Amino acid sequence: MAVLVIADHDNATLKDNTEKTVTAALKLSSDVDVLVAGKGATAVADAAAKITGVRKVLLAESDELGEGLAESMEALVVPLMSGYDAVLTPATSQGKNFSPRVAAKLDVAQISEIVDIIDANTFVRPIYAGNALETVQSSDAKKVITVRPTVFKAAADGGSAKVETIPAPAKPAKTHFVDQKLVKSARPELSGAKIVVSGGRAMGSAEEFQRVIEPLADKLGAAVGASRAAVDAGYAPNDYQVGQTGKVVAPDLYIAIGISGAIQHLAGMKDSKIIVAINKDADAPIFQVADYGLVADYKAAVPELMAALTAAGK
Amino acid sequence: MKVLVPVKRVIDYNVKARVKPDQTGVDLANVKMSMNPFCEIAVEEAVRLREKGVATEVVAVSIGPAQASETLRTALAMGADRAILVQTTEDLEPLAVAKVLKAIIGRESPDLVIMGKQAIDGDNNATGQMLATLLDWPQATFASALEAAAGKAKVTREVDGGLQTIEIDLPGIVTADLRLNEPRYASLPNIMKAKKKELAIEELASLGVDTAPRLKVVKVTEPAKRAGGIKVETAADLVSKLKTEAGVL
Repeated sequence: MAVLVIADHDNATLKDNTEKTVTAALKLSSDVDVLVAGKGATAVADAAAKITGVRKVLLAESDELGEGLAESMEALVVPLMSGYDAVLTPATSQGKNFSPRVAAKLDVAQISEIVDIIDANTFVRPIYAGNALETVQSSDAKKVITVRPTVFKAAADGGSAKVETIPAPAKPAKTHFVDQKLVKSARPELSGAKIVVSGGRAMGSAEEFQRVIEPLADKLGAAVGASRAAVDAGYAPNDYQVGQTGKVVAPDLYIAIGISGAIQHLAGMKDSKIIVAINKDADAPIFQVADYGLVADYKAAVPELMAALTAAGK
Repeated sequence: MKVLVPVKRVIDYNVKARVKPDQTGVDLANVKMSMNPFCEIAVEEAVRLREKGVATEVVAVSIGPAQASETLRTALAMGADRAILVQTTEDLEPLAVAKVLKAIIGRESPDLVIMGKQAIDGDNNATGQMLATLLDWPQATFASALEAAAGKAKVTREVDGGLQTIEIDLPGIVTADLRLNEPRYASLPNIMKAKKKELAIEELASLGVDTAPRLKVVKVTEPAKRAGGIKVETAADLVSKLKTEAGVL
């Protein structure tokens, strides 16, 4: 069988969700191609060609592909599927936007956000906010799959696949791009960071969130996350949200500050290697999943933590 | 403008799902069920359009067991004008749900469909996108702001790293993200009024749609539990444990 992986990138750099999805694809087949759809994305395609195990990289470019319009992505991917038995897409918001369209067009189920591959037809995926794992067997001839990247190790570099340019589809008639406002940050990206520092409702304001969470994150070289409560209250931007409906993270170290630990938040971070919780409520559910809990008001605890990190040479 | 809002009856947002001992699924017997939170947001947005005079009629649709009529009554109490229940005891996959909705839409001809981006039971996040594809209508998923006018909708979408704004020609599909609005609680007078609103019930079989499952559920298991951790007394203790014991600093 042959498998197509859809690259995750921002037109400038390839994101490691791609390498992780290639690892999942290599469990299905040794014939793995990567599709880079974007605009001005030659460097992305070159980076994808270096992933070990990749047979070929397909590069398609247009304004709409660069903007990530779902209709354009579907129109690009569906005709390619005559040459593939499965398409694997990282379960990012971009992937979730177009992958179900490919499935519907091919008249097959989408197997959403898989976390394990049992065999070519059998996959494991979380349901009910990760409170249950469902093993499903697909009877469809072609598999359309989104992959939760955090559970797969990134495939290493070392390959030298060919990059082949393919034509982009026509502009969609009924969808029009207006603009895009992306948050620019020098911090590592949330979904791939080794350390994540997250703040919750206890912060009380956006100013307090920035004053407390961000310096600690910067000291640790960490990404910043937030609970849904903090995002809903406007303390942190929407793309900081960790949880069932936000981002799923699995860093080496997750530090939850002033987060109570609702089921929906735990769904997004409970696969972290080490979890630290700082909360003044000793009964907060976050302590049930924390490896190290500090029952304290963050107002006192975070400055002490900063000082202790400095003392430890951080 | 006519707005159609599909809604799903699911386990209540605050209830922790428990896996059945025989691994056939999640135990929903005697568990509180509610409208999927994202569907509530979709209903709220449609009702707001109605209140602004942009929408002329809001029709709520649910596919599910007889009890899903309670979910539809909630939508009616929030302000939807009438409701349709496509009754079935089958658990439909997103592709099948999209096909059923396409059949209903063929009959109802709405200008706009607003639906939740994801149901909190299956966590697929797929039905809206599939429906848009089957209808060949434009889609605007994960909406955090919606401005609808005759023939067009401008939608701000939550994307990786920020926000994207697109404009779609109507008819089209919008899927609601968390920050689109805060749904209202239905007032007692409105709950009473909702009891008198039209709720049509039809059997799934009468629609003649292929809803055969494509995925066989082999088993449903509980995820591995995290071993309980320890409490530390001070921030300094914490740093030293992270350094020496956990080795993550």
